[in-house]
This record gives sequence, structure tokens and C-alpha cells, in this order.
Amino acid sequence: MDAKDILGLPKTPLPIPQEKKSRPQKDSQRKPDGISREVYALTGGVAPLMPSIDVSQLKRRPPSDEKITWQWLPFTSSARKDDLQLYHWVRVVNGVPPTGDYSFAKYNKSVDVIRYTDEEYEKYLTDPKWTKEETDQLFDLCERFDLRFIIIADRFPTHRTVEELKDRYYSVSRAILVARAPSPGEVAGHPLVKEPYNVTQETERKRALSMVLSQTKHQERKDAEVLAEAKRIAESRMAARAAEEPDLPVPSDVGPESAEGAVGPGDTISPANVQAPAAAIAPSTSVIADNASTLASLRMLRVYLRTYALEQMVQAASSSAGLRTIKRVEQTLQDLGVNLKPKVPTKAVCAEHLELRKEILTLLNLQKQLQYKEAEGSSFRDGSYGDMPGTAKRSQRAADQDRTFVPDTISFGGDRVVKREQKRKGPGRTSETPSSPAGAHKRPRKMKASDL
Amino acid sequence: MIDTSLSKKKDPDQPEISLPTLKSQRTKMGKSEDSEKKKKIKDVEISVPIVYGNAAFWLGKKASEYQSHRWTVYVRGATNEDLSVVVKRAVFQLHSSFNNPTRVVESAPFELSESGWGEFEIAITLFFHNDVCEKPLNLYHHLKLYPEDESGPMSTKKPVVVESYDEVVFTEPSESFLARVQNHPAVTFPRLPAGVTLPPSVSTEDESKKKRGDTKDHPLSQWFLNFSEADELLQLAAARQQVQAHIAKLRRQISLTDGQNQQFKPL
Repeated sequence: MDAKDILGLPKTPLPIPQEKKSRPQKDSQRKPDGISREVYALTGGVAPLMPSIDVSQLKRRPPSDEKITWQWLPFTSSARKDDLQLYHWVRVVNGVPPTGDYSFAKYNKSVDVIRYTDEEYEKYLTDPKWTKEETDQLFDLCERFDLRFIIIADRFPTHRTVEELKDRYYSVSRAILVARAPSPGEVAGHPLVKEPYNVTQETERKRALSMVLSQTKHQERKDAEVLAEAKRIAESRMAARAAEEPDLPVPSDVGPESAEGAVGPGDTISPANVQAPAAAIAPSTSVIADNASTLASLRMLRVYLRTYALEQMVQAASSSAGLRTIKRVEQTLQDLGVNLKPKVPTKAVCAEHLELRKEILTLLNLQKQLQYKEAEGSSFRDGSYGDMPGTAKRSQRAADQDRTFVPDTISFGGDRVVKREQKRKGPGRTSETPSSPAGAHKRPRKMKASDL
Repeated sequence: MIDTSLSKKKDPDQPEISLPTLKSQRTKMGKSEDSEKKKKIKDVEISVPIVYGNAAFWLGKKASEYQSHRWTVYVRGATNEDLSVVVKRAVFQLHSSFNNPTRVVESAPFELSESGWGEFEIAITLFFHNDVCEKPLNLYHHLKLYPEDESGPMSTKKPVVVESYDEVVFTEPSESFLARVQNHPAVTFPRLPAGVTLPPSVSTEDESKKKRGDTKDHPLSQWFLNFSEADELLQLAAARQQVQAHIAKLRRQISLTDGQNQQFKPL
């Protein structure tokens, strides 16, 4: 209906008399009394299955047999201790004013502050830091302000911290309770007795809290970093402690820790922990720790297969490398004509295989390093010598050359490999390494060191 | 006095050890018979090279739908020596469609023959003698019946053979084990650390009475594959040399580039 209004379209073209008839009908069907149309529309518009609002409750009128008047009458409240006469409007029914206490008087609660006598003070409550006068004042304020210590501290004549006031109040109350109690057992359950107020702890806690809350963003970040670092060091210490070898040189700050941990007798490691805990170790605690823990866990197994051991060692060695790097290592191995998993895994073969993998990792890292340095270099050059394209290009080509260098020299054996190498080379870039063709078609077995 | 400091080497499930094991540095020979027998030698590992796999013959005319091949799965010494010096028994776990899929072989040669049509993974569990190792070891072999080259004709004479080489490594072997296998060809005996000597091996069994456990004259021995570490070593050595040369070259280049960059840096 509104939409049509907005659009300026004519409303439903009913003839007028019919409209009049149908409208009241529709209206009573459409919306109930008591809530506006828009609000009703929020609930879904059409009548709900169960009426959520009892329509009869809306716009209820008081029963007509009662006569209600409102009168301005005086009243008393049990909460007031003085004689102040107050007035308010009162709903009078049939001439009878309401009885009973002021309805809000029941909310006037207060604290039971223990009051001591003077003798009690002399006997139990003397304290070098508090005079009787001060203590009396304190208790007065406590009663007046319902133990709101912040206010009490403000009102206190001499300068005292909230903690001091609390301490004094609680210790006095406690002493009184204990003194008045017929036997200690009876008051043992009283909260004041059970949990004494600890001043130093509270002071410290509040100080720390204020420190934390007032930290700058910068400090927050630093704290988070330090915590993360501490966590990592703790984890690496635990992992390094798994290394049983006492004479193993574990570098960095983990060193002395792990050495003493390893030599310590009775360091049993669960044999289930076979996976090299490489993932948990921070990069700073090197591969040596990885290897040591792998060796240790292998030894705990008592019996294992050489292939399994090699797998574990390989995993440990490449723990710091990402998935892509590992794939590149495997690719390089294949290019070199080496089986990813040795066909004859003897001790010597496995050792060589592992060493080879490590060397390839080093190789890849160095390549990356070189790339960075060259990029650095070329950026310097670009910055200062914009009109010297020659040098930039040269450095680029040098970098590219390195990338194809690996497959170039190490491609040997089999036509298949040669083909792959050719695919990698760009146009116009013929083999820049004269040594490779000599060895390229020789079978691996016959390759001699002198060929390189 | 026997040093009682270490207990970490002790196997928790080896009840017969009455005395705690000793560190090898403090080895005192001839203390008592018992402790010698169970004493484990630290920093020593002994390995047994094995080959495990299967050979499968196509049955040709005699083949039925469910029994098209006759195959044998086995574990043998890599040089065809008798493994029973180390292995007490072998358990082959077959596919559940076989009757009694758990087959136990109590003596060498550790093998199992069956007929069937399907390829599946066989779990082989090796149990060792008490003085060798308390824990069993699992091997997994995928049974191969059909040749790689599908186009070729299947022959009843030439079997499809797939073998895997591996070495079973025992860490911290007991003295008695070492003594027993001192001169046995199936075992790769390690170099003992200085100061450790073994009692002379006592041959407890009459060799002639036992059934031959080695596979040197095994009916399938003509099909056994040869595993030579020499080839692989050569390959690896060559590869390593290449990589090392490349590394050296890269290092030179890096220092070169560093030098070049130094020139341009202070801008």
C-alpha cells in the first residue's frame, strides 16, 4: 500500500462504497489494536498461529467498581533514622490509602562493622603503626561508607593507602572475632578468619595490574615476542634433552642445558616418539640436534630397517626446508640419476645418500643467496646507472645462467634426461658449458671424475 | 661393585635380567655369567642384510579364474645365507580372502607359497630369538603377479619376481648374540669398540642335523635378483662430486658479487 503511494500509482481500484465496506473489514483482519501497523508487520504481518500478545491485555481499563484517586500524602520510611517528613503521590483506592512500609525501605542494606570496646583495644588490637584514634576513625568511616575503601581512603584524615586501611580493618575484625569466640573452632568457618588479607600480595597485584593496563602497544608486542621466544627455547630444550649422546656438541644457548640433560641417567624417552621432533625446534638450534634426537629415537627402537632409518634421517635433515625445497632436492636427485630411495640400502649407501641430500640443500640455499645478491646488485646499479642497460642485462643473464646451469652440467645418461634439459633452455641460449656434452651421453657407470 | 647407575638401556619387558645393565666404558668382564649374557654393548650395531619379495608363476592352461598364479612370498638372506640364526619365525599376513590368512613359518627358509589371482599387500612380521631382540619387525611387500609390460605374453616358465633389499639393524646387541653370530655369513659383524672382547662362540646345535636354512640351492634361486652396492655407491659418489663442484663455484660467485655490491653500496 505504501509502495504504491510512493510510486504514485493509484490504489486498488475499488468503487468507493465498496471500499468503505471492505476497509473496516480488512483493517480488523489486518492489524490488531494496541500496536502500530509497522510494528505488527515486523512479526510477520499476518496473524500468528498463537497470538503472542494477548490482545485483551492491551488497553485494559481498571475494573469500574473501584474508585481510584491520587493524593499527595506524607509517608514514613523505616530506612530513615531522622524525623524528616516527606510527601509523595499515593494511589488511593475507594478512599483507603495503602499501608505498609515505604516500598523501597527493604533495599537499605548495610554492613555489620564490628565495634570494639576500649578494653578490647588495649588487649588485642594495639599496633605500632596505628593509633587508637586512627583506628576509631577508620571504623567510623567504614560504617559510614559501608566498607567502600576507596571513599574511606579519600576521607581518611591522614594519608593511608587503600591496602593499609584494608589490612588494618580486616586484621582488627579478625582479632576481635577470634577473641570473642568461645572456642577457635567456631569461628574457623568465618570468612574473615579463614582467609586473611594479604597486604603484600594485594599491593603487588595492583601494581602489576596497573603496569599491564598502562602498557603501550609497543610494549605489548615486545612482550608477546619474548613469550614466544621463551616458549620456543623451552620446547627446543626438551627436544635437545632427548639427545642421549653426552659428547654431542649442541650449539647456542641450548648447549649447557642439553649436555647436562643428556648425561643425566635414567633419561627414558618413550619409544613412541619416533618422529624426529624437528617441527618443534626453532631454526636456531640446528640440524645437529635433529640428527641427535633421530639417532636416539632409532636406538630406542632396538631393531629397525635401514630404509626406515634413512627416511627418518632425511626428514630430520630437511626439517628446516619447505615443501618446495624438498621437491627441488628430489628433482635434483633425479636429474643426477640417483634413486630417490636407494635400491641397495647398505650402511655406506645410506650414508652417502644422506650426505648427498644435505649437499644439495646447501647448493639450493647458495643458489638462492646468489640470486638475492645479484638482485641487490642490479637494483643498486639501476638506481645509479639508469642508462647502462648492459650491466643489468649481464647480471640477469648470469643469474639465469645459474638456474639452467644445474641441469646443464648434471644432465647425463639417457636420452630422456637430455630432452628435458633442452626444454628448459630458452631460445638463443645454447649450451654455455662446454663440459656437459662430453659427459652427456655417457652412461653413469662409466663417468669418471676427470670428466667434470 | 657393579655400577648401578644406568637403567635406560634395560628393556622393560625382559624379566630375566636380574642385574642392571652396565655402561660399556665400565665393562668388567667375568663378573658373573648372567650379566655377561644379557649385557648389551653400547655404540655397536649389527645388521643383517635381507631380501624379501615374491616370485609368481602364471599357471597357463591350468589356470582357473580364481587360481591363475602360483606365487611364493619369502624373506631370504641377501647372500642366500641361513637367516634362522637371527630369525625365530616369520608370520605372513595375507589378504582376508585366504583361509587362515595368518601363516606362521617356524624355520628357514622363511617362505610361503599359495595360489591366487589378486595382488595385495602382505605384512611380514619377523620374530627374533630371545637374545637378539624382544620386539618383532614388520615388513610390507606388495604381491606382484602380473608383469610390468602388459603387452608381452605371459609365460609359465619365467616368473614375475619383485624383490626389495633392506638391512635389519639391531642396536646395542647383547654379548651372547654377538658371540653366537661371530663368524656367521648371514650377518654383517660390526667393529667392536676398543676393550670389548667376546667369549668364543659355542656352537650349540649340530649343523648337520638341522634342515638346511640357506637358500643357495633354492628352487627359485635362479630368479633371485642381484643387489650390488657398488653401482649405487659409484652413482652417489659421482653425484656428490658434481654437487660439490657446483657449490664451490657458487661460493666463488657469491663472494664476487659481494665485492661488486660493495662498490656500489655507498650511494
